[in-house]
Amino acid sequence: MFDTNELVINMGPQHPSTHGVLRVVLRLDGERVIEAKVVIGYLHRGIEKLCEHRDWGQIVLITDRMDYVAAASNNLGYCETVEKLMSLEVPPRAQYIRTILAELQRIASHCLWLGTHAMDIGAMTVFLYAFRERELILDLFEEYCGARLTYNAMRIGGLPLDIPPRWDAKVRAFCDILDTKVDEYEELLTHNRIWLERTRGVGVIGAAEAIAIGLSGPALRGSAVPRDIRKDEPYAAYADFAFDVPIGDAGDTYDRYLVRIEEFRQSTRIIRQALDGLPEGPILGKVPRLIKPPAGETYHAIESPKGELGYFIVSDGKSNVPYRFRVRPPSFCNLQALPRLVKGHLVADVVALIGSIDIVLGEVDR
Amino acid sequence: MPEPTRIAPPAGPTDPPPPAELPPPVFLTALQRGLPGTIEKLSYWVGDWTAILPAARLIEVATHLRDAPGALFNFCSDVTASDWPPRAKRFDVIYCLYSTTLRHRVRLKVQAGDGEAVPTVTGVWPSANWLEREVFDLFGIPFEGHPDLRRILMPDDWQGHPQRKDYPLEGPGELLIEDPVDWLRVRHAREIE
Repeated sequence: MFDTNELVINMGPQHPSTHGVLRVVLRLDGERVIEAKVVIGYLHRGIEKLCEHRDWGQIVLITDRMDYVAAASNNLGYCETVEKLMSLEVPPRAQYIRTILAELQRIASHCLWLGTHAMDIGAMTVFLYAFRERELILDLFEEYCGARLTYNAMRIGGLPLDIPPRWDAKVRAFCDILDTKVDEYEELLTHNRIWLERTRGVGVIGAAEAIAIGLSGPALRGSAVPRDIRKDEPYAAYADFAFDVPIGDAGDTYDRYLVRIEEFRQSTRIIRQALDGLPEGPILGKVPRLIKPPAGETYHAIESPKGELGYFIVSDGKSNVPYRFRVRPPSFCNLQALPRLVKGHLVADVVALIGSIDIVLGEVDR
Repeated sequence: MPEPTRIAPPAGPTDPPPPAELPPPVFLTALQRGLPGTIEKLSYWVGDWTAILPAARLIEVATHLRDAPGALFNFCSDVTASDWPPRAKRFDVIYCLYSTTLRHRVRLKVQAGDGEAVPTVTGVWPSANWLEREVFDLFGIPFEGHPDLRRILMPDDWQGHPQRKDYPLEGPGELLIEDPVDWLRVRHAREIE
């Protein structure tokens, strides 16, 4: 029986606030959401199948394109998985530089998140401020590897390029700038009455339910779950650095916002430690000319800015291409929680929650 | 484009047994004691443990691993599949599990033939919902008991399962013309008609 108060509205794949080609079909009772159905697949490019026909080295380029906001993290996850399969050792200098790139990438991704999330909620100024800092990071990456978005910054066994001269001074200067800018963002939003009204109590999810539904990354940590792969299963050079993992309280949008703001500060902390302790040495390990991991399969995960980015790779030991290439995308698994989070909230909160979960459609659809 | 240098398709995954001097982790031995006869084989490779089991025992093992005090695998990282066409049961469905409390990982592997259903683990880990939908969409493995089994990445009315090894990379029935001259020739021929 069709209730006369119920309305089915389509937040179509083309929408300024869905952060990409995401379609959400909302069943509304007036302004309240009764049910949300998420439809994805508009950006499906068949990356997993494509990578079964590409060289191990070529796949690094393809991984850039999945979470295109944080490309170096994807590269890192893939390279580490193949290095695990091949039991390859990466020289310490490369590990440190990889950590610096990954943390710069985390800041860049969070800048984009903050800008778009705040803009969706209405705080337009923050968008421009956050992108101004993201531009600084993109300039650093451009100086390092020549690209602003899809870096191809890592190779199996290390890095292709050493850091340019005086790049570390620029990164240090950037970290100093960013710390003052994060204070600026906080001044605009954290105690802002409108921000609090729009984000407090929106999309509350408890710890056990968040784990069960598959959330990871800052979205999970906002629900008071102390889970961070950098601490639990350290990779790259994270074991050498002291940093805190911010945890939320109530599991609402405001807590997820606070977690990511604090992650800005912790990232600059890690970068400074890495630059201080940067060892000398080679940047590429002993890699055979033709990369052919021995037959076997493995799963390896890293903490990308969005959550647990995992790679499940099967090698058959004979081809120069992987047999099965599977990416466990954090945005895909986090987006599953959207129908549960959005129930009972207003339409405007749907927009806030899509931003709060922080998705990139390139990763959701691959 | 490098052509894959495969000569013959591999018969199946290697699944190497663990080295004799390495004992399996405590939760796996507890599982073998608590549910005897479920685990067909244990495998160990580059630090990862995998347990291979029949599809019929999947739910019991999953529930045990989630609830047993030494295991506590409350986080289902990934559900995915591999296609090994020469084998009778061509698909391997792989479950990557993690424990947020005890911080250890394990993988479960189930073999399924073409058209054979695998019981769903959404009752044990709700996060497997979309992951199993994706496996169904791209491989065609139906999951018995899944609350919402339909395509997720491909359009709803798509025919075929793209991630299978016998599905062409270029897509179904599309004329893949690489040289622009040939493309113009085809278009010219069509226009004449």
